[in-house]
Amino acid sequence: MEHAFASTSRWSSTFAEEVYAMNLSKIIELVKGTVIIDSGGETDITSVCSADLLSNVLRYGKKGALLVTCLNQPQVIRSAEISDIPAVLLALGGIPEKDMIALAREKNIVLITTLLPMYTTCGILYIAGLRSCAEECDA
Amino acid sequence: MPESCSMEGSFHLMGGDFTNAGSASSALKAKLINSGVAQSIVRRAAIAAFEAEMNVIIHAVAGTLHYLITAEALTITVTDMGPGIEDVKLAMQEGYSTAPDWVREMGWGAGMGLPNISKHSDLFKLDTVVGEGTTLEIFFHLKERNADS
Amino acid sequence: MLTVSAVAEKLGLKVVVRGDLSEIVSGCYISDLLSDVMAHSKDHELWVTLQTHPNIVAVAVIKGVSALILTNGRNPEPETIRKAEAEKVTIMISPETTFELAGLLYTMIKDSQPPQAGLS
Repeated sequence: MEHAFASTSRWSSTFAEEVYAMNLSKIIELVKGTVIIDSGGETDITSVCSADLLSNVLRYGKKGALLVTCLNQPQVIRSAEISDIPAVLLALGGIPEKDMIALAREKNIVLITTLLPMYTTCGILYIAGLRSCAEECDA
Repeated sequence: MPESCSMEGSFHLMGGDFTNAGSASSALKAKLINSGVAQSIVRRAAIAAFEAEMNVIIHAVAGTLHYLITAEALTITVTDMGPGIEDVKLAMQEGYSTAPDWVREMGWGAGMGLPNISKHSDLFKLDTVVGEGTTLEIFFHLKERNADS
Repeated sequence: MLTVSAVAEKLGLKVVVRGDLSEIVSGCYISDLLSDVMAHSKDHELWVTLQTHPNIVAVAVIKGVSALILTNGRNPEPETIRKAEAEKVTIMISPETTFELAGLLYTMIKDSQPPQAGLS
């Protein structure tokens, strides 16, 4: 049986400029993070996506966002790559799996860990001025 | 790419192959970028492809992901041999999932797969036979392709 | 002492299942992975998640969660509501994203604690 669905979303080709951005090195300092894989360049973060369910990363993640998660497996990096997310922060002292590290290196996605739990990590970054991808984004 | 040309290719998907999960969508994304598809469409297509790919890996025995790029449209077709979908309306509801708990603990099974595909595509068609498998055809209008170099 | 009802009121949360709203809130745990919550959450914490399926109720009971908050405006499944009502587990909904809600809760809970308690 065939079903057809037309999306009701309206997609804009222009990407609205973010007003607030924070350099990733500043974020690493705030959460006392450890860099596992570095991109070798400067990365500005314009929003935060906090999620452990990858479909929600795909749905709510935004280009230039930092993904904060406790999910420790390579598809986190895949989801980040698909969503144009440049950096992943693994909370609660998670030690990234070997495959996750290898994929982050291959895809040039910055991988950081922090001992802080997700709640504290998000709280600190929120107080510092970062905000989430408030709307499901288009580009 | 000249108006008269098209480009297509396909990837084989293995059910249960979580190690390589996402690699087909990632490769497709690279192909789309190389062929000059607009960035906003590349992102949406990659997300839809990834969700479709994961549905095959989580639920099916095997499948293929095929893409066709013409001047007007990108079509991604994902076909699988698997259980099919018993209740499509239910499957389209956000949060409804038939994935087992261990899949949820891997970060999938949130019940967002088909809703995400619908949301990120311009049109998608679903054809399913319970006990045999499912075919998704996902369409994107390419109005904003880059000018030919 | 911060309570579930105070959190609901201050943040404008929608109470979908009314358990004991006078339960104290000592902190907050954010996770969508049940095994993670089972391993690391503490008694009397709010649990913030995007998961909507019935298993979240059992985990909330076992771990002594003060209340469940579902973000992004997610509604619990009907079976989840039924189980929460039977177990008297409060479920609330926030239209905010997980990150935004975490930020708001962090500020609120921090302000409600005596200075020497430090950060959570």
